Amino acid sequence: MRTDPGIGRAMAVVPPWRDSKVRNVVWQVLLVVAIVAFGWWLTANAVDALDRRGMTSGVGFLDDSAGFALGSAFFEFPRGGTYLHAFAIGLGNTLVLSLVSIVSASILGAALGFARLSDNALINGAARAYILAFRNTPQLVQIVFWYTFFTLMPAPRQAWSIFGVAYASNRGLIVPAPENGAAFGMAMLALLAGIAVAFAIGRVDDRRRRAGRPWRHSGRAKALAIVGLPLLTWVVLGAPHAWSVPHPRGFNFQGGATLSPEFLAIYFGLSFYIAAFIAEIVRGGLVSVDSGQIEAARVIGLSRRDTYAKVIVPQALRVIVPPLAAQYISLLKNSSLGVAVGYPDLFSVANTSLTYSGRTIEVLCIMAAVYLLLSLAIGAAANLVNHLARIPER
Amino acid sequence: MTDAPRSYAVAAAGTPASPPPEPGLVAVLRRRLFATPGGAIGSIAILLGVGLAAWNLLRWGLFDAVWFAPGGAACRTASGACWAVIAEKYRVILFGAYPYEHQWRGWVVVGLWIAWGLACSPRVLNVRTKLAGWAVVAVASLVLMRGGVFGLAPVTTDLWGGLPLTFLIFGGTVAGGLPCAVLLALGRRSNLPAIRWICILTIETVRGLPLLTVLFFATLILPLFLPPQLNFDKLLRAEIGMIVFFAAYAAEVVRGGLQAIPVGQSEAAMALGLGYWPCMAKVVLPQAFAIVVPALFNDIVRAFKNTTFFSILGLFDVLGATKTALEDSEWMRYGLEGYLFVFLLYFVICSALSGYGASLERVARRSKREAAR
Repeated sequence: MRTDPGIGRAMAVVPPWRDSKVRNVVWQVLLVVAIVAFGWWLTANAVDALDRRGMTSGVGFLDDSAGFALGSAFFEFPRGGTYLHAFAIGLGNTLVLSLVSIVSASILGAALGFARLSDNALINGAARAYILAFRNTPQLVQIVFWYTFFTLMPAPRQAWSIFGVAYASNRGLIVPAPENGAAFGMAMLALLAGIAVAFAIGRVDDRRRRAGRPWRHSGRAKALAIVGLPLLTWVVLGAPHAWSVPHPRGFNFQGGATLSPEFLAIYFGLSFYIAAFIAEIVRGGLVSVDSGQIEAARVIGLSRRDTYAKVIVPQALRVIVPPLAAQYISLLKNSSLGVAVGYPDLFSVANTSLTYSGRTIEVLCIMAAVYLLLSLAIGAAANLVNHLARIPER
Repeated sequence: MTDAPRSYAVAAAGTPASPPPEPGLVAVLRRRLFATPGGAIGSIAILLGVGLAAWNLLRWGLFDAVWFAPGGAACRTASGACWAVIAEKYRVILFGAYPYEHQWRGWVVVGLWIAWGLACSPRVLNVRTKLAGWAVVAVASLVLMRGGVFGLAPVTTDLWGGLPLTFLIFGGTVAGGLPCAVLLALGRRSNLPAIRWICILTIETVRGLPLLTVLFFATLILPLFLPPQLNFDKLLRAEIGMIVFFAAYAAEVVRGGLQAIPVGQSEAAMALGLGYWPCMAKVVLPQAFAIVVPALFNDIVRAFKNTTFFSILGLFDVLGATKTALEDSEWMRYGLEGYLFVFLLYFVICSALSGYGASLERVARRSKREAAR
């Protein structure tokens, strides 16, 4: 094929400022230069400002002893601990709080999501009312409301007794707790590991069944993993079974474990709010499953339970997981609202540290980096789950 | 390609159709409440639980409640709620520290917002009128709140508070955030790698951070990085944080809309000789926005709920103003009533906003169905 020399000449005479390739490069270079220059200008201003106030910069202050105390939560901060230690405590408190909130929000949210599909008008209506009330009000108002609720509870002497084993008062909720908390915690971790093992067994079993070699004992093996692992851990650690039950004494309580009003407020605020969103996600996921699938399951004689477990939920999961992960990330980020009620999470600790150390830039950057990493980690975990829940295709 | 049918079940000629549901209240109750034994137990449990809770709440909130108690004396002996706290403190809750004698300006601002919001809710006015109206409302609110012209006494922003402030924060966030969101979304889909990566980095970083962190960056770090002569007040700095956060989230929604527009549209526009910006402004963005507006309402409702974060920065939005109102030792013990009132206030406004968003979605779905027919 022969190109027309006229076109070639016309293209050759396009001046460079009209050539889209040249213009694209120029625009991008200009943008990058402008951003770098702007950043340079900002930094120069900051250096100036710090010089004028006689402030130094750097992260050396992390090893200094922090002059503040933190409220009690899952991890205690010793007097005179370093800033780094305080950050670690804050991070630990944030993680534990987020984890327990995620678990309760998921359970409550799933229950509400199923309830929204119930034929029973009352169950359906109750779930609907809950979702409306908790979705359409700010989370912070809810947290402050719960905090006020718990701090306005009667004093320990007139505490509300819950079946004589737990007490609610303005000191928080006092609940029975195992005396050997460490062993109990290890058993809980073993339970998580057991669930992971059971999940793995399920995957292997699936593959074998598709290959025509089903493993008859898979159900028993799963149960053994979930029950056996924590039980074994507990026995190995000496099978401690003493429970510390609270009982009123004088102006306070003896025994048990205290859940502070601060923790309860942020825990209720996080779980109840996110549960309303999870409910809508779960409902949407269940509805999205094609009705032909459900009819087919009925036609081949699957029971109601199997229809849910083998047909509806696995398909709904693919729709549910991505937005669910977004809610988990949102929950983790909003655990920073603990600062509003004085729960010593990462944000509160950072807030206190920047007041005490005066290292605003450093403290905020460290905190931002940690939250960013945590968000990315949940996102990556969600991608993994999504990958596992996808429909295996050839 | 057409969608697969939702159901493969075919009603055979010989099988009778299922009988129509029995009419009558008893039959409806039986079907909706007591269809299965499990359902019946659930119904009874919920009836009992809700009934018990409702009875106790009514007793606390209505029968034993005190509605009027000058000085709070009558509340101290009551066993129920003390709604008198709201009668006593509503001016602080609604207007914060705004000078008492100028609070009529706050009333006017709130009235303007509610009136124009109601005027916009039925689909009579066109988009241009609505937006122009909102611009007028926003300017009028700012002028009224600031004062200093038309013989209004000036009021500095540190005294602004309550519902007018909440409305202004919210309006500013949406008005400032949407243009930024569109730019970020366009940038993220750009062919130019430098622009694309800058936008991706901005969006993903902001979305990975808690709003509180973004607000702290805006209020505490921004003044350090700007020369001292360029410093503006805390309210505006916090507002910048809100705008950046809103823009990053809304950008992803807008991007979803952009992706839904077939490439053929922009190719056709380019073939007609439109450049990048005219093509986006006249062809792609109007179509994308039509798709995206219902979904954007989720972000808009969230922006309204997020205005409460200002109370943590020590600014006096409705929540912050309520906190100060309830610090009064006379009324402190009735905090629950105070926050319930605030809860209800937010509930009404957010429900209205999300209800409007849902109605837009229904309209969009209906017009799509009609177009497909």
